[in-house]
Amino acid sequence: MIVKALTENGVTANESVTPRPPAKRNSGFWKSVLQQKYLYLMSLPFVIWVFIFSYVPIWGWLMAFQNYKPAKSFGEQKWVGLDNFKELFHDERFYLVLRNTLSMSVLGLIFGFVVPITFAIMLNELRGSIFKRTVQTVSYLPHFVSWVVVGGIVYKTLAIDGGIVNDLLMWLHITDEPIQFMAQGKYFWGILTASDIWKETGWGAIIYLAAITGIDKELYEAAKVDGAGRIKQAFNITLPGIRSTVMVLLIMNIGHLIGIGFEKQFQLQNNLVTDYSEVLDLYALKYGIQIMRFSYGTAISMFTSVVSVILLFTANGLMKKFTKESIM
Amino acid sequence: MGGKAFQMTKGERAFDIFLYTALTLIMIVTLYPFLNVLAISFNESTDTVRGGIYIFPRAWTLENYQRIFSYTGLIQGFKISILRTLSGTLLGLISASMLAFTLSRPEFKARKFISTFLALTMYFSGGMVPMYILMKDLNLIGTFWIYILPGMVSAFNVFIIRSFMDGLPFALQESAKLDGANDFMIFYKIILPLCKPVLATIALFLAVGQWNEWFTTYLYNGNKPHLTTLQYELMKVLSSTNQGSGMVNANDMARQMAQISPESIKMAITIVVTVPILVVYPFLQKYFVGGMTLGAVKA
Repeated sequence: MIVKALTENGVTANESVTPRPPAKRNSGFWKSVLQQKYLYLMSLPFVIWVFIFSYVPIWGWLMAFQNYKPAKSFGEQKWVGLDNFKELFHDERFYLVLRNTLSMSVLGLIFGFVVPITFAIMLNELRGSIFKRTVQTVSYLPHFVSWVVVGGIVYKTLAIDGGIVNDLLMWLHITDEPIQFMAQGKYFWGILTASDIWKETGWGAIIYLAAITGIDKELYEAAKVDGAGRIKQAFNITLPGIRSTVMVLLIMNIGHLIGIGFEKQFQLQNNLVTDYSEVLDLYALKYGIQIMRFSYGTAISMFTSVVSVILLFTANGLMKKFTKESIM
Repeated sequence: MGGKAFQMTKGERAFDIFLYTALTLIMIVTLYPFLNVLAISFNESTDTVRGGIYIFPRAWTLENYQRIFSYTGLIQGFKISILRTLSGTLLGLISASMLAFTLSRPEFKARKFISTFLALTMYFSGGMVPMYILMKDLNLIGTFWIYILPGMVSAFNVFIIRSFMDGLPFALQESAKLDGANDFMIFYKIILPLCKPVLATIALFLAVGQWNEWFTTYLYNGNKPHLTTLQYELMKVLSSTNQGSGMVNANDMARQMAQISPESIKMAITIVVTVPILVVYPFLQKYFVGGMTLGAVKA
């Protein structure tokens, strides 16, 4: 919803508030600039800023079609057409990395919705008690901690010598000897998803809780009269009530399916699990910057960006068609 | 609530028991890792190796903290992190609130262009390599400014503040205008003070982002000891065993741990890196809960 408010208000909504003054000649334009000089002075420096730091790098996409050598100026670079992309699509590693990226983001997408929504509904069932406030305050805590710290915590918690998870598993006799969680690729996606849930559930629930608060209380009273229990109420009133919030966030997250970033993967990975931990952005970092294949790295980033935008528009279009919700 | 009108049924009571148990469990799972880190940080480092420390230190000591505070890299990192957080937050607030103000003025001619120009940056970015090359061309690599300048303007923050400003009564601005105030004065004297709740929220977002960010240091300033931040220092210490290149098996790991940096020292650094940001958020909680939901209410 935030985003809906953002883009809609930002670009169109307020157009109707004040009718535009009738178009004048050029002198009118300069006159209005003079009249609004403070507004221009307050915004233009930052617009130039955004141009330099957000738009100039997009221009850098051209590098993907060159054989970029840092020593030469832009005009002297050799153009190679689609060679970088051809190489990318023939690289077996690329498909492995793509698989990892999609697996982890789909897992994140599913659990990143189910868990915070469930948590918000559970919190909502506690009516204004100290317990509720305590749970909420505690639940935000991990959000404020960096992935560096979370990485350390995860290694500590899953350690084979004194990590609580292995201690518990052995105490319960589920396993006889400690499991090397961090050294086996097959656990990596699960560990990453679980860490993400641990870190962001409380924070993610804020927005759903707010949406739940906005639901008409009379609906619950009516349901109660009809004999609906609390679980029934949650399914028939609360969930439909927050549907549009969920949809909008879902569209946004689908847009990020492939561009999930690399922070968590970077902090949780080690050399033993790279076949499962490497994602597109890490791959771009490795090729693009660490071994200085700038053009190849740009081709990877460009692929990610373009696919993200296509996913975003597709998701938006589909949602618009079937549920009348959209962000654009 | 309906009071006694609806008797609590058996199912209702079971549901309540389930609810309180589940939420208590969630709290324990959330808090335990922090308590564990805290306990280990206060435990004698040679004793820690024996394992079995959960939420209470077994051999209480302050030595770990004394040791890490005598490590100059950490003090330097602390200074840079604080400087970075303060200046980044301040500049981010100034830019976002000024832009938001101009965008909240319906008569501003460039408004539509600027909104679209900003909104597009939320969907497209050049990616890591072009950014790296831009930083190199601007000679920002190896300077403090690389922490602050590239991310100074955030479209997301601008739009959040702007939607808050849209909710303020417009008559305030009109009357100030009649009194002869110019646009900047209206912004500074009237609008900004009214925006305190949303500014507090955005300040928290910015501060958390700046304090927790480590990648810029890793990518651009890793070889500049006087510019590294706390998160980066922590990462170096933690990865000395976790991600060490020669790590083959458990025994190897244990040996390295003993050689490089004892567990208790690592945990003490983790606490030092984490506590500053954790002290702030409960105070700002009432603001960010409102701030996060602002858009939801409006839309």
